[in-house]
Amino acid sequence: MSYDKTFSVEGGNFQAAGNVSSEIKGILKDLGLPKDTVRRAAIVCYESEINIVSYAKRGEIALHADDRAVQIEAKDEGPGIPDIELAMKEGYSTATARVREMGFGAGMGLSNMKRYSDDFFISSEVGIGTYVKMVVFNLDLKLHPDHPQVTTDRIRE
Amino acid sequence: MVHGQTANAQEDDVTLKDVKDILDAEILVGQDQLGKEIKTAFSADLMSDVLAFAKPDSLLLTGLTNPQVVRTADILDISAIIMVRGKRPSEETVKLAEQLKIPILSTKYILFETSGRLHRSGIVGCIEKVRSEQ
Repeated sequence: MSYDKTFSVEGGNFQAAGNVSSEIKGILKDLGLPKDTVRRAAIVCYESEINIVSYAKRGEIALHADDRAVQIEAKDEGPGIPDIELAMKEGYSTATARVREMGFGAGMGLSNMKRYSDDFFISSEVGIGTYVKMVVFNLDLKLHPDHPQVTTDRIRE
Repeated sequence: MVHGQTANAQEDDVTLKDVKDILDAEILVGQDQLGKEIKTAFSADLMSDVLAFAKPDSLLLTGLTNPQVVRTADILDISAIIMVRGKRPSEETVKLAEQLKIPILSTKYILFETSGRLHRSGIVGCIEKVRSEQ
């Protein structure tokens, strides 16, 4: 099984924020992937979609799913991130009031993306945009020490 | 339910209908889902915290009313949304919840009272504590 689809995301359209992630979640469910995989992929996708809507002019989310993993790539034409290390810190945020009204912008987006993915890559150029790649494994290929929540979930189940 | 369970086990069996009664709440979406069993809940006004910590099939107690609350609930497989402090969802929020079949209840109790009353009825937090590194 292999599935690929790319979605465009409109910057500043807060009303539509999350539409792409809901659609992707539905696709992953229909592909019959494990519930935990679908959920984690949907979360990282949603956080990256919120970021595109919040900061960029426009962006794209590319989904790739196969038997081994789900890959979400989010690419935007936006302001870029001058200091990625700082931006990755929980609590650091440059969000506007509009973003905060929605219940986001508390500086947790990037760390949530990292928390729920098995593999996380980010690169950014100021004035050009940001690229994030996240991979979520389908199977319990590894219990990653950096993902305590996921590990706990699996132990409980 | 397993046969031969005690009265205690039945007491633990809290449904969305019970939640409605406990909170003297109004059902705005999901009248047909009152039979849902509820075991855990998470309270927050910050959707990023909900995404970080909430678990599937939990209730979401919040004071936010925008459509992103419903989106977040959908992404996380939240069983129902309780809007506290008498908050009412916007029209777009209701529409989205109807489309995604996620119940919304509105209660006049404040978040602290809402959480306390539900906890007393046997519903527990979907996690107890965050890990020290968080």
